[in-house]
Formats: sequence, C-alpha cells, structure tokens
Amino acid sequence: MRLLAALGALCAGLFVAALMIGPAQIGIAESFRGLLAGDGAAGLVMREIRLPRAVLAALIGGCLGLSGAAMQGYLRNPLAEPGLIGVSAAAALGAVIAIQTGFAAAFALALPLSALAAALLAVLLILFMAGPGGGSLALILAGVAVSAFAGALTSLVLNLSPNPFAASEFVFWMMGSLADRSWLHVVIAAPVMAVGAAMMWGIGRGLDALTLGEDAAASIGIGLPGLRLRIVLGVAAMVGAATSVAGAIGFVGLVVPHLLRGRVGGRPGALLPAAALGGAAMVLAADIAVRLVLPGRDLKLGVVMALIGAPVFLHLIWQQRRGG
Amino acid sequence: MRISAESLTVRRGGRVTLDGASLSLAPGELVGLIGPNGAGKTTLMRAMLGLVAASGHSSLAQLPAARRAHIAAWLPQEREAAWPISVEALVRLGRIPHRRPDADHAQVERALSRMGLTDLRQRPVNTLSGGERARVLIARALAQDTPVLLADEPIAGLDPAYQIATMALFRGLAQDGRAVMASLHDLGLAARHCTRLVLMDRGRIAFDGPPQDALSPERLARIFGIEAHLEMTAEGPVFQPLRVLR
Repeated sequence: MRLLAALGALCAGLFVAALMIGPAQIGIAESFRGLLAGDGAAGLVMREIRLPRAVLAALIGGCLGLSGAAMQGYLRNPLAEPGLIGVSAAAALGAVIAIQTGFAAAFALALPLSALAAALLAVLLILFMAGPGGGSLALILAGVAVSAFAGALTSLVLNLSPNPFAASEFVFWMMGSLADRSWLHVVIAAPVMAVGAAMMWGIGRGLDALTLGEDAAASIGIGLPGLRLRIVLGVAAMVGAATSVAGAIGFVGLVVPHLLRGRVGGRPGALLPAAALGGAAMVLAADIAVRLVLPGRDLKLGVVMALIGAPVFLHLIWQQRRGG
Repeated sequence: MRISAESLTVRRGGRVTLDGASLSLAPGELVGLIGPNGAGKTTLMRAMLGLVAASGHSSLAQLPAARRAHIAAWLPQEREAAWPISVEALVRLGRIPHRRPDADHAQVERALSRMGLTDLRQRPVNTLSGGERARVLIARALAQDTPVLLADEPIAGLDPAYQIATMALFRGLAQDGRAVMASLHDLGLAARHCTRLVLMDRGRIAFDGPPQDALSPERLARIFGIEAHLEMTAEGPVFQPLRVLR
C-alpha cells in the first residue's frame, strides 16, 4: 500500500512537471492560469497540447506496465513482454498499410484506427491458433508466429513501396512519439485501454496461484482458459491502443515489472497495480526527457525509452547474476 | 468425504496411458500408489482430479473447479515456484480457494509448523534447497485444509527424517478423518505407513489391497522386476529390495 502511494505521488509529480515543460516558454503561474481558465495562447498550449500529451503518456505507460506484469505473471517468465503476443507487430503493420495506401492522410484518426484494426485481427488469429485449452506454450508459439508474419508483411509493404517518403514516415512512426497528439487520440485510445484494463480486473489471484505451476493453479480452482482469454484480450486492447496512437514504445513492459518485483515481495498479483503506476511514471519521465535533452530536434520517445531501458535492464541482469 | 473413480481411461496421441482404472478413497485411509515409471500413477491422480481429459467417471472431476478446490488438494510432482516469494507467502497460496481471511492465519501457521518451516518463513523460496522447497510445497497443500489430499511423489528428495515425518503426518491426517493418496517409489515406507496399497502396471490397476499382500514375491518379480526381502516384525513390515531380476 505504501509502495502504491509513493508511486502514485511520483506519477502525480511527473504529470505536473510534464504540464510545465515544453518548447513554449510559459511561466509556472501562467501555466496554471492557462490550464484553469483556458483563454489566450497559454490556455491553448496547456489545454490542447500539453494536457492531452501528458494524459496519453500516463495512460500508455500504465497500460504497458500493467500488460508487462500480466504477461510475465501468466507466462511465469521475467523475460516476457507485452509484444510477445504479436499485437504490437500487427499494429505496426496496420500503420504501414495506412501510410502506404495514403489512407493515413484521409482523416486525422485514419492511422490509429487502422493500427487498432490490425491489432484486433492479430488477437483473433492468435486465439484461434492457441486453441481452446489454457496452456501458455501454444500461446507463445502463436504469438511468435503472428509477430513474425506481421513483421514480414511490414517489410514487404516497405520493400514494394514506390514512395521513399512513406518509408521514412513509417520509420519515424515506429520510433514512438507523443508529439503533436491531441484529445482526438485520447478519445480513441482511452476507451479501448479502459476495456483492456477492466478485463485484467481480478486476475491477481490467478497469477498468484500460477506461481505453483499450471496444474497446481487449476487444482486450487483457477480456470486457466478463462484467465488466458482475459489476459490476451486485455493485453491486446491496451497494447494495441497504445501502439496505434504512439507507435512502438519498448522496454516499459519489460523493465518496469522487473524494477518493482522485489518491492512487492515477488507476488505477481501485487505487482499488477505497482507496475501500472511505475509504467506511467516511466513514460511521463521519458517524455519530459525528450523535451529537455534535445528540444527542437524531435527526439523520439521510443528511442529515449530504449536508451534508458536497455542499460537499466543490463544492470538488473548484472545484479541478478551476483545473486542480489 | 469418500471419493471414487470408475473405468477412468486416458488416451494421449493414440496411446492409452490409463486403462479403465476404478478405485475409491475413504476417510481414514492413507493409500500408497505404487508402480514402475510410466505405469500411470500421475495420470490416474490427474484424471481423478479432472486435470486431464478422461472417459469414465470420477466423483471429483465432475465437481465445479471452485468446489473441488475445497474438497481436494493436489501436490504435483514438479516442484514449481516461479517467483522469489517468501515461504510464508507461498504457503498462503493454499488459502486462495477459501475466502475467509480470519481462518487463514491459523491454517498457514499450522502448515508451516507441521513441515518445520517456521524459521524459514521469511526466506525467498528460490534460495531454498530442493528438499526444503519440497517441504514448503507440501505445507502449501496442507494449508488448503481439504478433506482429500492427493500427492505425487511427495517424499522424493527429502532427507530420511522428513520422509518418515511426512509419511507419519499423512497417516495422522488420515486418522483425523481425511483421505490421503500418495504415489511413492519407496516401497518400504509405503508398506510401513500406508493403510492400503494400489499397485499400477502399464496403465492398469494390478492390485488394490493391504500392503503385505501387495508386495508378494510374484508381483514384485512380474511388475517391478525385482526380488526383495519382506518381513513382518514387531515394528511393522520391513521391506528391502535386493536385486534386479531382468
């Protein structure tokens, strides 16, 4: 409980900081006035640019952290991450098709909607291939297959692309960013994320029981097929929505559960809310870093995330090897 | 609570791993499930619990999963503990089916002390030895506090003192009116502590009855391929395998 309160306070602090920092030099007092009153240039910047961006950062980070904790708990593997079931690769395929066909330019939300549709198709395919049982191995294999296939199709589209600009646009999209996102993006992503998070409600007991293995978990009354379905649909909805509005943001779902596992005594159920808050804090912090480190160069969030995430991950492995 | 199975049959990829097994387990019994590797001991118990698809009838398997978790605890052979959670937290997982937090603490404490784990309660399970981890997982099944306990090779990897203590504990549970079934490879401990032995051979139940009759020289030769010394002493039956026959 104390950990959750601390993480919540950290998120709140970073959220406020994210509202205060940006290329438009606005004083703190003026920022608050603009946020509350909403008039003038400061009001426009605060309400239409920084607020939706900070809200998206918190939502996406929370979704990625929660999904990572759920996937690791379900697969009983600390190396699992939300992209494992192929949803992010499929969302990327949807995005590249939208960019390539020019559909992305048709209206503002064309790209996120295509990405989301592709993610939905992928999850249906995965559930079909993984079969009706509750086993995790079939799920991993199906996820790997769908990931590889979506990746191959993405490469094919780029390969056949007659338009070099489409390819570079896609590459930039893939790097992941929250720049220039609006309330429209929040409106399309938030409901899907909420449905995903709602599916995850109450899975903590099942994940705790899975610590003992699938057989023992089933014997203490956990319905494994139902648990698997909820996790796959929940992760797919949250990660699909996150990827469709912000591109690929890696490492959050992998690193955040690792960082917090020790703090919750290793219990996978208790890790879920902690990882959600931790993920939100991490993405908020990274999105602040993007604006502070190289302002004006449009540094991509996914790039910064990987630059922070990979060394953190190496450090964790190093600690684990020394038996820490 | 009495549980029963009738003509349980399990097919896996064209092979019959369990072939028409029928047996019952009554309160007060400690049934030892013995047989060579691959005889179908684990499959029988998993089929009885409904953890593997089987034809035939099993009184446990037909219960809804949540209800079954109140009736029977299952200790799998694989000693899995995926995360570095504390001994106490792992034992408390056995309380998941019960939604009565007030009784939980006492049950967890009882299970910890029964398996001699009170000093280890704060240790992360990944720092324990194999035998210690086996005791923790037994304690988890005890904490579930069910009238029926099915255990797959519960004493494999334990030191002699804990092997005997665990068998005596199971016998004590049976005397308290529970029904316990455990698959065992140590025929000596099985003969000494079990009230009944079920002998399996190639997916079938070959014998079901009192321990001294189960371990006849003819059955030992035919099913296990061994010759052994069995003697009834004042201390109870003493069994020692001597040599391989084939």
